[in-house]
Amino acid sequence: MSLHFLGNSVTLENVFIASSGTVCGPLEYLGPLGSCFDKSIQDYHYGEKSFEKAERKMLRDALDICLKRERLKYHDVDLYLGSDLLNQITSVNYLAREIPKPFIGVYGACSGFALSLALGSLLVEAGFVDKVITMVSSHNASAERQYRYPVEYGVQKKATTTFTATGAVTTLLTSQKHPVKVEAITLGRVIDYEQTDANDMGRAMAPAAFDTLMNHFQDLKRSFHDYDLVVTGDLSMYGHQILKEMLQRQKIDVVRYNDCGCMLYDLSHQSVFQGGSGCACSALVTMGSLYPQLKDKKLKRVLVVSTGALLSPMMSAQKESIPCIAHAMSLEAVE
Amino acid sequence: MDHKEYDQLAETLKPVGHKMKNAFFAFIYGGIIGILAQGVLEFFMNVYDISQKEATPMMTITLVFMSCLLTGLGIYDKLAQKAGAGTFIPITGFANSMTSSAIDSQSEGLIMGIGSNMFKLGGTVITYGIVSSALLGVIRYVITLFG
Amino acid sequence: MNYLLAFLFSGFICLIAQLIYDHSRLTPGHITSLFVVLGSFLDLFHIYDRLVDIFHAGALIPITSFGHSLMHGAMAATQEYGIFGIAMGMFDLTAAGISAAILFAFLAAMIFKPKS
Repeated sequence: MSLHFLGNSVTLENVFIASSGTVCGPLEYLGPLGSCFDKSIQDYHYGEKSFEKAERKMLRDALDICLKRERLKYHDVDLYLGSDLLNQITSVNYLAREIPKPFIGVYGACSGFALSLALGSLLVEAGFVDKVITMVSSHNASAERQYRYPVEYGVQKKATTTFTATGAVTTLLTSQKHPVKVEAITLGRVIDYEQTDANDMGRAMAPAAFDTLMNHFQDLKRSFHDYDLVVTGDLSMYGHQILKEMLQRQKIDVVRYNDCGCMLYDLSHQSVFQGGSGCACSALVTMGSLYPQLKDKKLKRVLVVSTGALLSPMMSAQKESIPCIAHAMSLEAVE
Repeated sequence: MDHKEYDQLAETLKPVGHKMKNAFFAFIYGGIIGILAQGVLEFFMNVYDISQKEATPMMTITLVFMSCLLTGLGIYDKLAQKAGAGTFIPITGFANSMTSSAIDSQSEGLIMGIGSNMFKLGGTVITYGIVSSALLGVIRYVITLFG
Repeated sequence: MNYLLAFLFSGFICLIAQLIYDHSRLTPGHITSLFVVLGSFLDLFHIYDRLVDIFHAGALIPITSFGHSLMHGAMAATQEYGIFGIAMGMFDLTAAGISAAILFAFLAAMIFKPKS
């Protein structure tokens, strides 16, 4: 079996999604996909002393749910990959203390979900490992206090703001045949269109999503018509309109395209501004809603493009623009 | 697509904030806090039979207390989402910035958390208040010496 | 009448700040700092004192009054202590507000948990 990249993309034969675990926060539960998730928390503290600990507890729950489905124990898995939004990827690194197996923490901001899944898929396809768990989480309050302001601070959010989703998602990848496979991945490049507004992530990230999508289509000679659904991670209402316009200007027929940030919430009734963001945003939508639909053959093939703004508040204060990245993966229902 | 072209494209699609509505609510909320302050001020002036100047600190303390309480109860930030500058410009906004920083950092403990972080947001007001007053004060002092 | 004047002036200052906030990328931290500097500047020629006389609490409650009070305290103390008065008198009038804010903020942090 040989693995060769075509440009930035690679097609995979032997990577399947065996199980998943999804835990969401209160607002995600009240959203249109609320009933899709395995578990929800109603209080941002989740019985813990800090938001960071609450996030980790959610992640542990998601991991337990995922393993329990396949009747596995922690040591049955060969490798763990994890990503979250906090400094030093705190949530996954600290949770990994409880894991008796090798662990790799990766950082890709909100693209962490697709990044960890893509890496895990490559390792499984290459035959290095048989079972890989990927974990991602984000928490509205812990992200808010790190990237923006204290949660009680009275600041009026701008119209372009996105709302960090609260949730934790784990996915079990394996080389044994299961109903849904990871069929292709495209790794992203860091793209910077000199956007500096930290309150406008959609606008900053849209070019990165555009770049990855174009690479994916060119590398694999595909178009929107090859997919039942194409979703971007967290471009939000504004960013996803920009991306659509960019694609249409390249004479690309944009069909069956949506954004996870717009799917996770009811934008007209929930006060989430332009929509959801964060690692958990694309992860919850993909594993909570799209994965079951693929399993039931309601969808045949789906492309998930998780987008991430690799910003650091310190660099923003030093007036640097925001580097962005997007990773894509195609999920397919197996015959 | 180059960066300039991208900016043009993004500007055309930019969501229109409710600038008129924001300005209106900032005026109303700011005004209401002004009325509240006036009420408290006159209350202390009547009760203690003192001048407006003497009652001013009492009024400030009362409003700061109210702001800290509303912040602690998680109400002030919800008001601020609607009121905008109507809640951050009055002295209550200063109290809110101090209280929110303090509450936010309680998980890091008394010293490294609350003690070190209380002025994280409000400190800039004190810093530039003092720097500008000192600079202008020195200039005025020198002018009066020669004037 | 006093109430109406207080309403109008306090609302007016907030309105200006809101217009700056909506038409620039300045944060509340930038704008409050700017207004404090403006307040201390308006202490010149006793302009701010006039505003307080007319609008009462309406002029006392916006953060501009903080800059004015700092400046006012500093200038008053220079009459007695010369140049040293600037530092010695700086907090004379604002001590109440700052002390109260520190104390109540600390107490709030002891009592309340962050909501969201």
